[in-house]
Amino acid sequence: MNVNQVAESLLALSQQEELVDLPKNCPLSENEDDGDSDGERKHQKLLEAISSLDGKNRRKLAERSEASLKVSEFNVSSEGSGEKLVLADLLELVKTSSSLATVKKQLNRVKSRKVVELPLNKEKIEQIHREARTPLEQEIFNLLHKNKRPVTDPLLTPMEKASLRAMSLEEAKMHRAELQRARALQSYYEAKARREKKIKSKKYHKVVKKGKARKASKELEQLQKVNPTVALEELEKFENARMMERMSLKHQNSGKWAKSKAIMAKYDLEARQAMQEQLAKNKELTQKFQVASEIEEEKGCTEEVEELLVPHVVNEVQMNVDGLNPWMLRNCTSDTREAATQEDPEQLPEPATHEVSESEGEERPVAEEEILLRDFEERRSLRKRSELNQDAEPAGIQETKDSSCQDVLSELRALSQKLKENHQSRKQKASSEGTVPRVQREEPAPEEAAPLLLQRPERVQTLEELEELGKEDCFQNKEIPRPVLEGQQSERTPNNRPDAPKEKKEKEQLIDLQNLLTTQSPSVRSLAVPTTIEELEDEEERDQRQMIKEAFAGDDVIRNFLKEKREAVEASKPKDVDLTLPGWGEWGGVGLKPSTKKRRRFLKAPEGPPRKDKNLPNVFISEKRNIHVAAHQVQVLPYPFTHHRQFERTIQTPVGSTWNTQRAFQKLTTPKVVTKPGHIIKPIKAEDVGYQSSSRSDLSCHTVESKMNHHTSQ
Amino acid sequence: METAPKPGRDVPPKKDKLQTKRKKPREWKNPESQRSLSGAQDPFPGPAPVPVEVVQKFCRIDKSRKLPRSKAKTRSRLEVAEAEEEETSIKAARSELLLAEEPGFLEGEDGEDTAKICQADIVEAVDITSAAKHFDLNLRQFGPYRLNYSRTGRHLAFGGRRGHVAALDWVTKKLMCEINVMEAVRDIRFLHSEALLAVAQNRWLHIYDNQGIELHCIRRCDRVTRLEFLPFHFLLATASETGFLTYLDVSVGKIVAALNARAGRLDVMSQNPYNAVIHLGHSNGTVSLWSPAMKEPLAKILCHRGGVRAVAVDSTGTYMATSGLDHQLKIFDLRGTYQPLSTRTLPHGAGHLAFSQRGLLVAGMGDVVNIWAGQGKASPPSLEQPYLTHRLSGPVHGLQFCPFEDVLGVGHSGGITSMLVPGAGEPNFDGLESNPYRSRKQRQEWEVKALLEKVPAELICLDPRALAKVDVISLEQGKKERIERLGYDPEAKAPFQPKPKQKGRSSTASLVKRKRKVMDEEHRDKVRQSLQQQQQQQQHKEVKAKSTGARPSALDRFVR
Repeated sequence: MNVNQVAESLLALSQQEELVDLPKNCPLSENEDDGDSDGERKHQKLLEAISSLDGKNRRKLAERSEASLKVSEFNVSSEGSGEKLVLADLLELVKTSSSLATVKKQLNRVKSRKVVELPLNKEKIEQIHREARTPLEQEIFNLLHKNKRPVTDPLLTPMEKASLRAMSLEEAKMHRAELQRARALQSYYEAKARREKKIKSKKYHKVVKKGKARKASKELEQLQKVNPTVALEELEKFENARMMERMSLKHQNSGKWAKSKAIMAKYDLEARQAMQEQLAKNKELTQKFQVASEIEEEKGCTEEVEELLVPHVVNEVQMNVDGLNPWMLRNCTSDTREAATQEDPEQLPEPATHEVSESEGEERPVAEEEILLRDFEERRSLRKRSELNQDAEPAGIQETKDSSCQDVLSELRALSQKLKENHQSRKQKASSEGTVPRVQREEPAPEEAAPLLLQRPERVQTLEELEELGKEDCFQNKEIPRPVLEGQQSERTPNNRPDAPKEKKEKEQLIDLQNLLTTQSPSVRSLAVPTTIEELEDEEERDQRQMIKEAFAGDDVIRNFLKEKREAVEASKPKDVDLTLPGWGEWGGVGLKPSTKKRRRFLKAPEGPPRKDKNLPNVFISEKRNIHVAAHQVQVLPYPFTHHRQFERTIQTPVGSTWNTQRAFQKLTTPKVVTKPGHIIKPIKAEDVGYQSSSRSDLSCHTVESKMNHHTSQ
Repeated sequence: METAPKPGRDVPPKKDKLQTKRKKPREWKNPESQRSLSGAQDPFPGPAPVPVEVVQKFCRIDKSRKLPRSKAKTRSRLEVAEAEEEETSIKAARSELLLAEEPGFLEGEDGEDTAKICQADIVEAVDITSAAKHFDLNLRQFGPYRLNYSRTGRHLAFGGRRGHVAALDWVTKKLMCEINVMEAVRDIRFLHSEALLAVAQNRWLHIYDNQGIELHCIRRCDRVTRLEFLPFHFLLATASETGFLTYLDVSVGKIVAALNARAGRLDVMSQNPYNAVIHLGHSNGTVSLWSPAMKEPLAKILCHRGGVRAVAVDSTGTYMATSGLDHQLKIFDLRGTYQPLSTRTLPHGAGHLAFSQRGLLVAGMGDVVNIWAGQGKASPPSLEQPYLTHRLSGPVHGLQFCPFEDVLGVGHSGGITSMLVPGAGEPNFDGLESNPYRSRKQRQEWEVKALLEKVPAELICLDPRALAKVDVISLEQGKKERIERLGYDPEAKAPFQPKPKQKGRSSTASLVKRKRKVMDEEHRDKVRQSLQQQQQQQQHKEVKAKSTGARPSALDRFVR
C-alpha cells in the first residue's frame, strides 16, 4: 500500500468513528461546556491585561515553579486553570469524571470492533483487477497461470529459501571465500583508484579518458545488440553532452589560452597545430550520432518483430546464458516441458495415487525441487525484465512502482498462506499416511533438501541412464551402434548449445559431433564384473559428482576441439589477395577508396583443394606437407611417362627380398647384360649403336662381325 | 559350468596342427597332348593352379584409378610392370603352401558361451607344452607390473613399480637377469633384440643389457611414463610427464626429435605397427597421431567426452581401440575416416587395451580382463560378446599378447599372469625376420641385416606407401619453372599443320579452310563437354533436392 492509500484509509477510519459516535447520544452540553470554559479563561486574561495597564501593581501571587518540600497552603496558585481556586475544589475526591469514562469506554469498544473497510473507488479497483489486454500482457499472464505461479514477488521466495537451505558446508565455504575475495578485490580497486586519482600527468589522464570513451562506445554497441532501449537512453546522454558542448564556448578557440596562441600562430607551427587540434576536437564532440541511432532504430524494430515471432522461452534461455552452464540450461527448458506434462495429472484426481510405490515417492520430492528451482529462475528472469521495462519507460514509473509494491505485499501474503497450508497439509499427512495425494504441491521438507540440490536432477538422470544401460542386453543392438540420431538426443542437443546464433552449417556439424560422442552405447555383458572395494555411500556420491563433472567437461571438450580445429583450419587457409584496381570503373584519387562491392569481388583467396577432414567433425587432419618424405619421393617423370599416375603404377610393386620370394626377387633384379668374369669388353663404337658407315659391303661385313661378337660374349 | 573338455572347443596344440587341406582338387587337363615317351600321362600337366584370392592378396598395383590416355611406349612399360606384378604375386601365393601352421581356435557347443570357459578348462584340454604356457608369477612385494615380450615372442621382461626388473626366456622359464633398480619403474621395453632392455625409471631412462648391467642412462629423456619401440626405424619413442614425445635412435644413440604435445602429462601411448605412427591419448578426450618428421600432430581425433585412458592399434593398422573416462570402449577405423565402428559401455571402463597379431582385443578393467574376437583376421573385434574372460588376483597394470603364441601376458599388482588365448597369435613366423628359435649367431646376423635395412625416421607418415608416389607439387613446380626458363611449353600440343596436297588443292585459301575446320571441331568438342558437365551438375542438384524430401514448411523461413 502506498502512502496515499494509508492516509485515505485513516481518514475513512476517522469518519467511521464519527459515524459510529453519532448514534450514541452523548451529552452535547459537555462539548459546549468546554467551549464556555475556554472563553471564560480568555476573558479573564483580557481583564488582567487591562488591569495591568493602569500601572497599579497588584500583589501578585507567588508562583511555584519547582518542586519543594514545603507547600504552603497560602501559596497555592490557580495560574494554570485561570480560575479562582475554591476550597471545594481542593476538598473534592481525586477521581475521573464519570462523563469522560463513558466516552473512553465507547472509544475502546470502537477500537476493539472490526472495521468494515471502505471499498476503494472504481478507478482503483479497475486498476487492480485489470484484465490483460495487449498480446504481450496476455502472453505473460498465460505463462504465469500456466505455471501456477503467484503473480507477485515475495521478498524471499520459497525457492530461494530452498536454495539457501540447500547450501552445503562446502558450498557455504566456497561462497564465503568468494565474498572475501570480492571484498579484497574491492579494497584493491579502491586503493588503485585512489592512487590513480593522485597521478598528475596530463597525458596519462588523456589516455585514460580516451580509453574510457572507446570502451563506452564498444559497450554501447553491445547494448544495441542486447538491449536497445537502454542503449537509446545512453544515446540520449550522448546527445545531451553534444548539446552542452555546442552551447558552451569550450574548444572554440575563444579562451585566453586560445587567443594567446592565435597571436603566436602566425609564426609558430606548434601553436597553429594546437589550435587546429582544438577545433578538431570541437568538431568531433559536436558530431551527430545519426547513423548509429538509425541502425539502432532498425534493430529495435526487428527485435520487436522477432519477439512476436519467437516464443518467450527462447529469450529466457538466452538470458540465462550468462550462467554458462548448458546442463542447467537444458534442465530449465526441459522442465517447462515436464511441467506442462505434469499439469494434467494435477488436474485429474488420480485414483491410483494410493498405490504410489515407495520409489516413486522418493523421486517425487526431487521433481518438486526441480520445479521450485525452475520457478525461482523464471521469476528472477521476469523480475529482471520488469526492471528493464521500468528503465525503459520513464513515463510510467509511478504506476509500475505502485504495482511492484503491491506485488511484494501480495506475494508476502501468499507466501504466509502457503506456509500455513503446508503446515496443515503436513499435519494431514502425518494423520493419514499413504493416502495423501501425491499431486499436492508442497515445499521440500528440510530433511529432503539435500546438500546437492542443484546437482541432483543431473545425478538422477545419469543414474537412470546407467540403470537403463545396465538393463540393455548386448544382443538388442546387434547392428553397429553407429552415431544414430536418436529423437531424444536430437531434442536435447540444440538446448545444450548456449552459443546458438552461429553458422547453421557449423551447428549441424556440432550436433553431429555431439551425437557421435554421446550415442548411448550398449554396455557389455560381462560374466566377471571387476570386484571393487566396498564403497561407502559418500564415496558413491563422490563418484556421482565426478561423473557429473566428467559430463560437464564433455561439453567443453567438444567446444574446445571445434575451436581448436577452426583455428587450425583458419591458420592453414591461404590469405586473401587484393586484386582491386583503384580507379577502375569509378573515380579514383587521394582519399577515395574502391567500393566495398568491388573489393568483395576482387579480394580473393586462392581456393585450395578441399580438406580431408571437411566432413569429419571429430577429426583434424594436418594438411601440412611432410617435406622430409617429399625429399625421398620422385620429383621428375622419366621419359615415356607423361602423367605421374602412369609412372606410379610401375613403381608400386616392391622389388626387395623382404616382400618377394627368392625366385621372384632374383628375377626382378637380373641385370640386362651379364658379363663373364675375365672377358674383355671393348669400348663402344659408333657402328655398334647402328650408325651406318659409308659403304654397304662394309656394313654387311660389320654385321657379321658383330653377330660373332655377340655369340662369344654370351 | 562344466569342467570336462569337449571335443568342439578343444584347443589343438599348435605344432600338431598339420592339417593340410587341399583347397581345390586338381583337374585333368587334356590328357591327349601330354604324353611322355613311355606313353604314361602326366596326371598334373602344366603349372599348378593357384587360387585367385590368394594371388589378389599380394597384388599391390591399385587398378581402381583410371589412367589418362598414354602413348604406345608408355603402355608397353605399364604392361610390363603389371605382368611382373602378376608373376611375383603368383609366386608368393604358391609359397603360401609353406605356411603349414593354422591358428588355434576355441568353439563352444551350440549355445555355449566361450566366455564361460576358464583357464583351467583350457589347460586341461591342451597338450602339456601348451599347458606349460599358462603360469602365474606370484610377485606381491614389488607392486603392479608392466611387461613386454620381445619381438620374437621368446623373451619376457617385466618391471614392478617398486623397482623390480627381470627378464627371462619365458618358454623355458630361464631367468636372464633380475635386479632391483631402487627406483620406481614406470615402463619397460625390449629394444630391437632381447639383449637390450629400456626401463623408464622415476627420473631418467635407463638401458640395461640381458645380464642386468646398466649400459646407458639417458638424461635427456626424463620422467618418462611410457615407452614404445619402432623396430624398423630403430626408434625408441618415450612419452614423458613433461608433455614431450621424444624419439631416440637406438642404433646411433641420437635424439631424432623431441616434440611438445602441448597437452599436459602424457601417459597413454601406443604405436601403429602398420606405419610406425605414435598414438597419444590426452585428457581432453583426443587421440593425436605423431611422426618425428612433423612438429604438429598428423591428425587429432576426438574420441571421448572424458579423458582417454588407453589406446591400442591392431597389427594391420586398420583399427584403433580407445577407452575413456566415460567408461566407453570404441573401435575406430583408421583408413581415412577415423569414425567409430562400434562402441560399448563397460561397467568400470577399461584401463588397458591391447590387440593381438590376429586382431583379438583385450581390455583390462580392474582385476578382470575381457577378450573380444572378430570374425576373421581382417575384421574388427565385435564387442557384443566377450570371447574369454579371466579374473586376476589384482588390478591390471600391463597387457600384451605374446607374438607367435596363443598367450596373453598380464601384469598386475599380484605379479604376472600368462593366459592361454586360443587364436591370438600368428601361427607362422618369418624365420628371417623374427625367429623364436634362432640361435645367437642367427640373431647377430639378423641384427646386421636389420641395421642395413633401417628405415630413416623422417619417412614415418600416415601413408607408409608414400615412397611409391610421385611428389606432384615439386613436379608441377619443376614444370612451371621449365616453361619459364625456355619461354615456351615443350610438352604443349603442336598446332595443326595441314599437309600439302597436289593438283592445286593446296591453295592458301584451302589450307586456311582446313585449319579452321580442325579448330572448329576442337572447339565444338570443348563446348559439348562443358554442356555435358553442366547437365550432370544439374541432375545432381535435382537428385539432391529430391532426396531432401518433404516440402519446406512456411515456418521454415523463421529458422535461423
